[in-house]
Amino acid sequence: MSADADAALAGLVAGLAGGGIRVVDLTHTLDPDFPVIILPPEFGQCARFRMEEISAYDERGPAWKWHNISCCEHTGTHFDAPIHWVSGRDLPNNAVDTIPVDRLIAPACVIDCSAGAAENDDYELSVDDIEAFEQQHGTIAPNHWVLMRTDWSKRRGAAYLNMREYGAHSPGPNPEAVKLLVERDVLGFGTETVGTDAGQGFHFTPPNPAHYYFHGAGKYGLQCLSNLDQLPPTGAVIVAPPLKIKQGTGSPLRVLAMVPGGH
Amino acid sequence: MTKTNRMAYDGVVAVCPTTVPYVRYSKESAHWWIARALGDALGAAGLASRDLDGFSVSSFTLAPDTAVGLVQHLGLTPRWLDHIPMGGASGVVALRRAARAVQCGDADVIACVAGDANHVDSFRRMLSSFSRFAQDASYPYGSGGPNACFALLTDHYMRRYGAERADFGRICVAQRNNALAFPHAIMKKPLTLDEYLAARPISDPIALFDCVMPVAGAEAFLVMREADARAAGLPAVHVLSTIERHNAFPDDPIQMRGGWAMDVDELYAMAGVKPAQIDFVETYDDYPVICMMQFEDLGFCAKGEAASFVRSHTLEADSTFAHNTSGGQLSVGQAGAAGGYLGLVEGLRQLTGQALGIQVPNAATGLVSGFGMINFDRGLCSGAAILATARSASLSVDSAPA
Amino acid sequence: MTDPIQPPPRKDPQKRTRIPVRPPVERSRTGTQLSAFAAEGRFALQRCAACGQLQYPAREACARCLSMSLDWQDVDPVGDVIATTTVRTSTVVYFRERTPWRIGTVSLDAGPSIMCHLHGDCGPGDRVRLINRLDKAGHAALLALPLKDTAHMEDDELLRELTCDPKYRRVLITNGRSELGQALAKALSDAGASIVFVGEAESWRPYPGQEALRAIPKVEVLPMDVTDTDSLTELSGEIGGKVDILINNARYVRPGGIMDRHDVNFARDEMDVNYLGLMRLAQTFGPAMRARGADGVNSATAWVNLLSVYALSNLPQFGTFAASNAAALSLSQCLRAEMRSGGVRVLNVFSGPTEDAWHQPLPPPKVAPAALARAVVSALKDGLEEAYVGDVAKDLIDRWRASPKVLEREMTEPDGGA
Repeated sequence: MSADADAALAGLVAGLAGGGIRVVDLTHTLDPDFPVIILPPEFGQCARFRMEEISAYDERGPAWKWHNISCCEHTGTHFDAPIHWVSGRDLPNNAVDTIPVDRLIAPACVIDCSAGAAENDDYELSVDDIEAFEQQHGTIAPNHWVLMRTDWSKRRGAAYLNMREYGAHSPGPNPEAVKLLVERDVLGFGTETVGTDAGQGFHFTPPNPAHYYFHGAGKYGLQCLSNLDQLPPTGAVIVAPPLKIKQGTGSPLRVLAMVPGGH
Repeated sequence: MTKTNRMAYDGVVAVCPTTVPYVRYSKESAHWWIARALGDALGAAGLASRDLDGFSVSSFTLAPDTAVGLVQHLGLTPRWLDHIPMGGASGVVALRRAARAVQCGDADVIACVAGDANHVDSFRRMLSSFSRFAQDASYPYGSGGPNACFALLTDHYMRRYGAERADFGRICVAQRNNALAFPHAIMKKPLTLDEYLAARPISDPIALFDCVMPVAGAEAFLVMREADARAAGLPAVHVLSTIERHNAFPDDPIQMRGGWAMDVDELYAMAGVKPAQIDFVETYDDYPVICMMQFEDLGFCAKGEAASFVRSHTLEADSTFAHNTSGGQLSVGQAGAAGGYLGLVEGLRQLTGQALGIQVPNAATGLVSGFGMINFDRGLCSGAAILATARSASLSVDSAPA
Repeated sequence: MTDPIQPPPRKDPQKRTRIPVRPPVERSRTGTQLSAFAAEGRFALQRCAACGQLQYPAREACARCLSMSLDWQDVDPVGDVIATTTVRTSTVVYFRERTPWRIGTVSLDAGPSIMCHLHGDCGPGDRVRLINRLDKAGHAALLALPLKDTAHMEDDELLRELTCDPKYRRVLITNGRSELGQALAKALSDAGASIVFVGEAESWRPYPGQEALRAIPKVEVLPMDVTDTDSLTELSGEIGGKVDILINNARYVRPGGIMDRHDVNFARDEMDVNYLGLMRLAQTFGPAMRARGADGVNSATAWVNLLSVYALSNLPQFGTFAASNAAALSLSQCLRAEMRSGGVRVLNVFSGPTEDAWHQPLPPPKVAPAALARAVVSALKDGLEEAYVGDVAKDLIDRWRASPKVLEREMTEPDGGA
């Protein structure tokens, strides 16, 4: 076993060093002006990313530059732990600091909904979409990330949240699709939008089904992903370790994908 | 003539009029100027500083010292000490206080000294902290010193009494003529009325030649018993009468008269003379409008008639109305508080036949007037003294009607 | 009549910007009371409670009866100009740079004579009214105005020096997202500002009035968020040199006090916007404004903070919001101190509850955004340092002046003592 592991790691290293494994950055830059989810104003709000300079090689610290940063656990490209939702509140190992670390590197299935999302801002990932994917790529195996590609990450400014009279309009899964993925025992669900649920996900029953069912089943979430168009439908490996925040419900993080290809 | 109960200044004289020649700017301090004036005055009397037992000081630039600091600085041990912060009225006030002190035996010899430094920028500094009312209510309006305040008085006076700039000009031109003969005058060029009228405006209607030049300098005289002066062979001057008044007519909406108007009758009654008997007048002349008010308030003409008065007199030292015989501050310069001594010291010189410039012929009786401290919108201190040469003083007193 | 001022030409890039210098600063403590009235635009004189004598300048005792019972009283400011002068030279640099300068003596009908600045339309013998304004040193300056308004009188150079008229000035309004921000933009545009920069935070989030704001003449909407230091650094780099009036209307408000909630998040957001936002703005825009306090017709002239009057005394129903405003009020005093050397006025405009979603359940009277915007413009034109807008704010400042402690006691009852 030990020899196999050595070989696997050596292969990984070689692959990364120009041997056919490409690393794709799935992360948006943490930028103070990057949108965050907007809740009704009387609710508590997600803090925007903020950065205050401590010193910049000046009288506040002559040879060094650094910043104090602040944000919400759910600001920018971020990870959702089961404890984030009421349905997952009592599960074991449900916070970012207690999630077993071996679950933070995992393969991914990428379901391409970009055509539908281009047509319809409120596009719903449905059971049909999943079955169509599985027909082509095989049944989604347990402990895989399922990433919903919508190309939404290419949107800028107001088009990203796409706020209109009844709030945000952005694609997401419908309740049946979420339930099917939970049946498949996926590791978690990732999107390019500001949440794992659709912009109008509050109007499903239950409201925000992705949060409700996935976290209730101990699954994780990844939001505000980018570059999903650079991933193959299957075969990518996602490295997504959140910060080890005590009883944290989520965390901004750098999400990397290792994909076949490259030099 | 008004009765007066005031005691005469019998047996007391002023001697040794002393001027330390003025300079426009000097690096020296007020202490230096005062020390030099004191030394010169004592020297003229043949006295040493240990002979002095009284000392009166006026200066704007002594800070942080006062007269007290100065006695240690100069090694004096007086038994009588005064510090008179009355600007242009300082000379007359110093004289009358010192005269009483000597007369009453509180002191034997009192040196009265005024002197001020003038460094570049010291005038501005002095103005900015001149008085609380100035700080609160005039300096913030850009008046930047007495120019604008006097401009307002002058403007009002001209409007009210029909005086014209040329009338003020006559005063300035006559004083310049006097100054041309006075060796210590800062202004040495003749001044014509046309030049006066064409001068650069400073604060309308006041123009350059209405304003005094701030300079450094000092003035001094001594007060002692007449017997001591006679024994020392010093030419001496009697004090026939004095007046002093502060904050007169506070309800006048703007200054049209000074405190003299309250006390002028007593001034002449105590001296036993009438204005016509005065041989020369030394007014306080920081601006010519104030000379005009003094002509009126001191009885040389009626209120509002000074303009026609100056039109009918030549005002020069050797004329029918000898006025500011050394040239006054307008031509000699204003050495701070010494400006309040300038007329008095010049008067003492005229009465003792020691004029440095034009000697008023047969000068026996002179009037010296002081005016000081634009605390806010007007001069608050006024004073005047009628002086007579010691030889004629007794005659004058004896011949006066009781 | 006054010659109307012309739009200032573009700046000569080869000329050094004139460094602000100030008129004389020293005042007695009692005399400073007049400055306190000037901050509100009131003309008041010291009055003897014993004999009724009005006096000027301020004293420590009555100059008629020596009574020490002196108070201040708003006085009919009408009188006659009895003397005038045009000052053409001064030892004070500030005045030297502004000569010729006219001052006069006004004999008030009420009694005292006062040396004051003269509006260009006032001459000898004229009946005039005095106004009490702050000069560039932040102290009282009395100015005689014609009894009746004259054409373009607001363009008088002296009057303009004592006020913060937006005409031909460039204004930055920090938050265009609110109805108030939009009302301010309209009001300042109407008041003759040459440019109205309006900050817009989170442009990725649309808001009502977004398009209408852009349609207001002279308005330029720019990205800016007072909680985002970088956005301010960047924007001040771009336009900081041409902000003559800054109006900080950014505000974060949530109802509630301490025990209504069990976290500090809203309180922190309130502090972040209402207090630290002000500080970030001051750090980024303040230095350039302070340096441009004497930069001609469109010199930097005023910094406006829109504050809750509950900064003075806490309204528990909006307890944390009031606390953040108290912090901002305190910081505004620090800003005032730091702006002094540039002669840039810091104007605090206080209001009670405003017509908006957060104050919806509160009973009237409430201040409408347009009314508040109008009040800001008029306070700028009057050159004030303090303005209280609406009945609630006026009532509260009256009660606060009478007794802060009594007011506090009233405010701590459930109905807020209203």
